[in-house]
Amino acid sequence: MAERSQVVAPRTPAVMAGRILIYALLILAALYCLIPLFVMLLTSVKTMADIRSGNLISLPSQVNFDAWKAAWGEACIGVKCQGIRGYFWNSVVMVVPAVIISTLIGAANGYVFSKWRFRGSEVIFSALLVGCFIPFQVVLLPMARTLGRLGISQSILGLILVHVIYGLAFTTLFFRNFYVTVPDELVKAARIDGAGFLRIFWRIILPISTPIFVVSIIWQTTQIWNDFLFGVVFSTGDTQPITVALNNLVNTSTGVKQYNVDMAAAIIAALPTLLVYVVAGKYFVRGLTAGSVKG
Amino acid sequence: MDMAVTYAENRPAAGRRWWDTMERLLPKLVLAPTTVAGLVFIYGFVLWTAWISFTRSSLLPKYDLAGFHQYLKLFTSERWWVASKNLLIFGTLFVTICIVIGLLLAILLDQRIRIEGALRTIYLYPMALSFIVTGTAWKWILNPGLGLERLVHQMGFSGFTFDWLVNPKMSIYTVVIAGVWQSSGFVMALFLAGLRGIDDAIIKAAQVDGASLPRIYRCIVIPSLRPVFFSAVIILAHIAIKSFDLVVVLTRGGPGYASDLPATFMYAFAFTRNQLGFGAASAMVMLGAVMAIIVPYLYSELRHKRNG
Amino acid sequence: MNRKRLGLAVMVGLLVGLVAVSALAGEVEVLHWWTSGGEARSVAVLKKLLEQEGHTWKDFAVAGGAGDNAMTVLRSRVVSGNPPTAAQVKGPQIQQWGDEGVLTNLDAVAQAGNWDNLLPKVVADVMKYQDHYVAVPVNVHRINWMWCNPEVFRKAGAKIPTTWKAFDEAAAKIQKAGMIPVAMGGQNWQEATLFESIVVGVGGPEFYHKTMVAADPAALQSPKMVECLKILKNIKQYTDRDAPGRDWNLATAMVINGKAAMQFMGDWAKGEFIAAGKSNGVDYVAVPVPQSSGEFLFNVDSFIMFQVADKGAQEAQQAMARLIMEPRFQEVFNVNKGSIPCRLGMSRAAFDDVALRSMDEFASAAASGALLPSMAHEMAVVPAIRGAMFDVITNYYNSDMKAEQAAKSLASAVKAAI
Repeated sequence: MAERSQVVAPRTPAVMAGRILIYALLILAALYCLIPLFVMLLTSVKTMADIRSGNLISLPSQVNFDAWKAAWGEACIGVKCQGIRGYFWNSVVMVVPAVIISTLIGAANGYVFSKWRFRGSEVIFSALLVGCFIPFQVVLLPMARTLGRLGISQSILGLILVHVIYGLAFTTLFFRNFYVTVPDELVKAARIDGAGFLRIFWRIILPISTPIFVVSIIWQTTQIWNDFLFGVVFSTGDTQPITVALNNLVNTSTGVKQYNVDMAAAIIAALPTLLVYVVAGKYFVRGLTAGSVKG
Repeated sequence: MDMAVTYAENRPAAGRRWWDTMERLLPKLVLAPTTVAGLVFIYGFVLWTAWISFTRSSLLPKYDLAGFHQYLKLFTSERWWVASKNLLIFGTLFVTICIVIGLLLAILLDQRIRIEGALRTIYLYPMALSFIVTGTAWKWILNPGLGLERLVHQMGFSGFTFDWLVNPKMSIYTVVIAGVWQSSGFVMALFLAGLRGIDDAIIKAAQVDGASLPRIYRCIVIPSLRPVFFSAVIILAHIAIKSFDLVVVLTRGGPGYASDLPATFMYAFAFTRNQLGFGAASAMVMLGAVMAIIVPYLYSELRHKRNG
Repeated sequence: MNRKRLGLAVMVGLLVGLVAVSALAGEVEVLHWWTSGGEARSVAVLKKLLEQEGHTWKDFAVAGGAGDNAMTVLRSRVVSGNPPTAAQVKGPQIQQWGDEGVLTNLDAVAQAGNWDNLLPKVVADVMKYQDHYVAVPVNVHRINWMWCNPEVFRKAGAKIPTTWKAFDEAAAKIQKAGMIPVAMGGQNWQEATLFESIVVGVGGPEFYHKTMVAADPAALQSPKMVECLKILKNIKQYTDRDAPGRDWNLATAMVINGKAAMQFMGDWAKGEFIAAGKSNGVDYVAVPVPQSSGEFLFNVDSFIMFQVADKGAQEAQQAMARLIMEPRFQEVFNVNKGSIPCRLGMSRAAFDDVALRSMDEFASAAASGALLPSMAHEMAVVPAIRGAMFDVITNYYNSDMKAEQAAKSLASAVKAAI
């Protein structure tokens, strides 16, 4: 990692003032990022009476965790009054295979696009990249018909398939950009020694791919876990992912809104991705860095 | 390294030829599933949408062609022009501000900050949340009667107004605020990674030559971040175009349809108003406009990468 | 998975059903957007009744936008060749679905249940496609109610108005007394709800029919329409600045808390008052929107039934349709939800004063031809036209567009949407 100490100028009063300014700006930005989460947390531990009478950041008269209990196990979504617990597991069952499959295929694709180019491969890559700009509303109906013909239209399997297909462009992009920075000499030397396509991938490329695997996994987990559109269209009551359940809970059209339960449920829905970013965040940056030029 | 195992010598002649053919084919075979998936599920579906845009489909797809009827209706629809203008405003502001803030934060974070780890996590976490989750919180914060404006009033500044959310002329800018909040952290991470990858020797040499810090950043650091700009623009543009949850939760396209975007426009007409053909036409126009901007950019960047 | 359970249910049903009344037990997969609170409780009632007859209920709830998401999902299900058994669809959309040829026939149940005589003709017509029943109505909401806080009126020295001129006077007094005359939620459907109540009151049933149901461009540009539009815009000065984007229940809360005097909203607002422990006649009063006391704008929620191959599911469908129209369900559901039964001649014991007044007006309006479908709530025109009208109304309300201009826009928008 680059050692920046030589780059920064020596400590004079002007520089000290400069550093205070830097810290101030950074902390201001941090506050801007934290406020919505703070509001959500605060609201989830208030009672409805507190919410009606207070304002956004007023403190609760007493901290009350009933809303959390209700959100997890008791809130009514449709005719089932078991909270969002079941839908949480639906999302897990959907996300894990989809992330793994799309990442592996992306890795293989990235490998081909960077080290085994052939005539037309750049065209395919560009076409793939361009394809990630289509708004997903466009593919809803034709995809529905396709899934119906395949017989998996209301299942988690169908959702996994959809997410894998539409995640390929990004995972391929990540891996290709990373492998492009791996020196070609490594591969050429191995070929001269007689190693083939698969062996090079398995022995040389994969072992150094950990950083970009982490990036891809983090990105895909976030995208798929947070997706709403595919989740709502390609599922039914029992197979709905948590984003759909959360929307059902929060968006009642003619009923009384329980804001504290809504916020608690929203935070529960966000926990896995939050956890991923908090725990693996530094690997994320490291992964993006590792693709850079080595001195 | 057992790579040194020379199977070239160990294989029989006929097998060798077969193996060589396989070796040539293997990359293409690996790429095949993705290519097929892309052809069918992306381009095939776009073609399907194009077909539908030339029909009079209302509730469900119908395949009898009806000429440019839907496109004519589209260009005379005032709401469509509002949505298109909004995409331009939102898109440019969103991408520009995210990149500026992301770059700034990355440069600042790069200055040996003690609490870098914690700050980095704080900047990154909004990307982890979906808008179904944070939309309600932002709606509250931006609501004049319940949120920021009320808070400032209660603190004593009763002249403060911040009613952008409910102002037809300004509501699209609230979408920018919330969108920037969500994505700047990710851009910051990209730039931070890029900054850390810059070779120090060049910077040291420039300092020895007497260049000032701002000059170094402007003339050396930022130009060498060009690939990062590329990735950032691609990802941000993609998010801007797909922005759907964001608008639906924050403003529902309102007040009126002042903050409508093509993605929500298409959804409303195709699925809610039972005008599938019309919605398909809007999707095709949106796609065309996006392609017209993205494709040249992609082309120039990829060419640059290959040559540079 | 659906088929396996179905098969199992059919087997069990066959074994048990030799003695039982219904020969086959089936499963209904029901798409709806009543996902929480009182609405969900009401659906649970139907589920229980169905299960008591041996059928199973597979819940398929999709919230959001009062059906926006659900309609998208429904569409893709039908396109995928696997429609749900029943779906919550109302108004002219029922006929649009009928056009696609995917709905099943409920005539047998309708005959046996005497639906033609128990439903007002206006309502029954909405449930039919080419003269066959394809949908079953669940409840009736009245749209043109005005909910008032008498205490606020008393404090301001104003009277609850029955004409728009009196409204102006009362509102001015309330505003001078420092309170908000009208609690408004600035969403396009709320603005449209208010607007159509004005139209039916000022223009009368025939004018309403010509403009909001038949969507005749000439009528939409007429001076009477301009007058209605002007009244709509006039109300805006009596609302508060925070109105845009506000949810309807938060506006009701303003009336409950005494911050505002009136809210124009359908009868589901009653649920909010009851939940807050307020009593009718004392803490709140429900009156018809000014000048519309004889007219009844209705919103009928209904379920359409799709053609399904499985015999057990078909049986369950017929059972569900029958159960919905029976007095038992009609009573329990509507008491829970705050609406009134669509079935005429029900016993009055379980319903409160507001509901009873509603039921009486429902019957009398049906007889006198003043029972009209609500445009704002998808009962009167197809979604394309409704959407076009919404765009103009909300744009007009939220900008400085002139009433004459808005009337012209209405006419041209409707013409473009056809």
